[in-house]
Amino acid sequence: MRTICIEPQYEAWRAAARQLLARAVAPEDLLWSDEPKEALLFSGENSAAKVHKGEAIKVPLAFLDMARSAATHSDGRRWALLYRTLWRLTLGGEKHLLSMATDRDVRQIQDWCKAVGRDLHKMHAFVRFRLVSVNEETGREQFVAWFEPDHRIVRLAVPFFEKRFAGMDWSILTPYECAHWDGKQLHFTAGVPRSSAPDEDALDDLWRTYYRSIFNPARLKISAMQSEMPKKYWKNLPEAPLIATLIAESAGRVQGMMDTEERPAKPAPNNAYLKSLHDMNQ
Amino acid sequence: MDITRKLQILADAAKYDASCASSGAARKDSRGSTGVGSTGGAGICHSYTPDGRCVSLLKVLMTNACLYDCHYCINRRSSNVTRARFTPEEIVRLTLDFYKRNYIEGLFLSSGIIQSADHTMELVIEVARKLREEHHFRGYIHLKTIPEASPSLIALAGRYADRISINVELPSQQSLNTLAPEKNLARTEEAMGHIREKIDERYAEKRRPDAPKPPPFATGQSTQMLVGADASTDAVLLNCADKLYTNHRLRRVYYSAFSPIPEPSSILPLKAPPLIREHRLYQADWLLRFYDFKVEEITSPAAPNLDLALDPKLAWALRNRETFPVDVNKAPREMLLRIPGLGVRNVERIVRARRYTRLRLADLIRLRLQMKKLLPFIMTADHHPAKLGLDSDSLRARFLPPPEQLELSFAAPPAPAPSDFLSVRSGEL
Ligand code: SF4
Repeated sequence: MRTICIEPQYEAWRAAARQLLARAVAPEDLLWSDEPKEALLFSGENSAAKVHKGEAIKVPLAFLDMARSAATHSDGRRWALLYRTLWRLTLGGEKHLLSMATDRDVRQIQDWCKAVGRDLHKMHAFVRFRLVSVNEETGREQFVAWFEPDHRIVRLAVPFFEKRFAGMDWSILTPYECAHWDGKQLHFTAGVPRSSAPDEDALDDLWRTYYRSIFNPARLKISAMQSEMPKKYWKNLPEAPLIATLIAESAGRVQGMMDTEERPAKPAPNNAYLKSLHDMNQ
Repeated sequence: MDITRKLQILADAAKYDASCASSGAARKDSRGSTGVGSTGGAGICHSYTPDGRCVSLLKVLMTNACLYDCHYCINRRSSNVTRARFTPEEIVRLTLDFYKRNYIEGLFLSSGIIQSADHTMELVIEVARKLREEHHFRGYIHLKTIPEASPSLIALAGRYADRISINVELPSQQSLNTLAPEKNLARTEEAMGHIREKIDERYAEKRRPDAPKPPPFATGQSTQMLVGADASTDAVLLNCADKLYTNHRLRRVYYSAFSPIPEPSSILPLKAPPLIREHRLYQADWLLRFYDFKVEEITSPAAPNLDLALDPKLAWALRNRETFPVDVNKAPREMLLRIPGLGVRNVERIVRARRYTRLRLADLIRLRLQMKKLLPFIMTADHHPAKLGLDSDSLRARFLPPPEQLELSFAAPPAPAPSDFLSVRSGEL
């Protein structure tokens, strides 16, 4: 039994897995760890030289996508399970494994991918940029956002922001990694505490006005809201403090509408266009 | 009037339009430009209001002043609601400011009709033009169009917008005559036909590799129908939707159950449409679009309305029980799609997996299927239920939800609140 220590990143796992597979090290002979304290993989060995040349390891593209996504999950078992699946797909001879959504390992990886996918989706949805300044030289607006993802997804999440917000400078801060865009390049820095990010934006009030006005009190469906926007996200959403009041007021507002006296129809104003419509409908 | 007050009035006036999706746009983004915005793929809901609705677009009216008198609508000319009007610059500013903070996916712009259809369309188009041409905005734009507007203006709207829509509102001219005397179903359909031609042209030109890039045009159109405002049955609504999907290739038909509005009309009698009816219509619509069902299979002259207690697929299965049980290891995909409790995704999973293995119950459990619902309808390597048949009433009873909880999960909506059953009305553009 031997322990493989890697950085908690897909690339690190892939590099290690490639070498291990080339030496046909069986999954059950391995323990995986991403504790950075422990020694690095194959330290002291000239690893590149030992890899079997010739046969490239072929796996379905879908597996690489799954692995890249599952690698960001917070579950400590992911490295071992990914390696076992890689083994089964290749040396294990189970080429069709990924078609078996009914397989336990595949199912587990798919579950991780699903959780990561949801986390990503929510990050794309609930990041809130706050304007902090305007760059005097370039005239570009500079925004900062704070987000706390469940998994290590910052690098998976940023291409979306890069495409969408190319015309402004922005930083997304998280507890374990931060991403920054200056119009030309993306770069990453270490995580920071929440206090490093601004709490407010001058537009928040106008946004809350919109949120309050677009809500229809006659269709209260609180659990539908909460299943899509769980409470754990509320603390970073400027509109969330309104929710309790909107709910509390809704019954009274609906009653008010029901009690309103019905308005009679007013005669049509003298408008040529309106006349032409009425004529056409005759 | 300050911008906060305008936003309040003109968002409130727009909220009864259910068609807020921001999916299905062509792929574009802001890389290499000085602007912001991207579209393509599934839309994103940036927030949810306590009515369970997704907040995806800045959904506002240009103005809530209106010449028309649609009696289900808060903005009709007979209503005493406070009127307001945005300038194009104000909407552009709001859209960009909201977008840059990642509050929204883009703009949904509609308007009450002032002066004439063409005049109104021009105002709406001007906002989209400014966003696209002056600010290089590449986010999502949905423009509501007016069927009576000239075709050249509708074409122009389609150039700037990712989606355009015209609301049918009610599925028969007879109902429109009473409740929306200025609207005309034939003209609406005619305009939808023109839009469809434009959309088709865009795709056709795109397919020719050597042809010059076609002018951009919206990738889809959608519409909305009100549920419970008139006496139309579910069969009438679904047939109308089916016709629109077939004839004009609509992306979506939205069903909007009435909800009360602050300015009720004396023309529109009070009705009580439970929200669950809207939900069942969406389920039936889904069956039409993704499960190859025909309207005649879902409703019949004898039962023109959907069963509120059961989802329409289960109701179909119970009416056609001689078809079951279905062998999940052998049945063709079309048949698998007919099994209650089995969705498109899981049908695909089953079809793939069964090439390599004989499926057993344990496999299906691992797919996390709703076994209780499924069991009477399927056969697996280790499960052979008796033919469904004789004991019809007890089978139906088995699937009925407890009386206080009529809602069956689709997108897992909660049980309707008592207010859902109040007499209600709705407003709509
Ligand atoms: S539905 Fe549209 S056209 Fe009819 S009154 Fe309302 S705003 Fe005017």
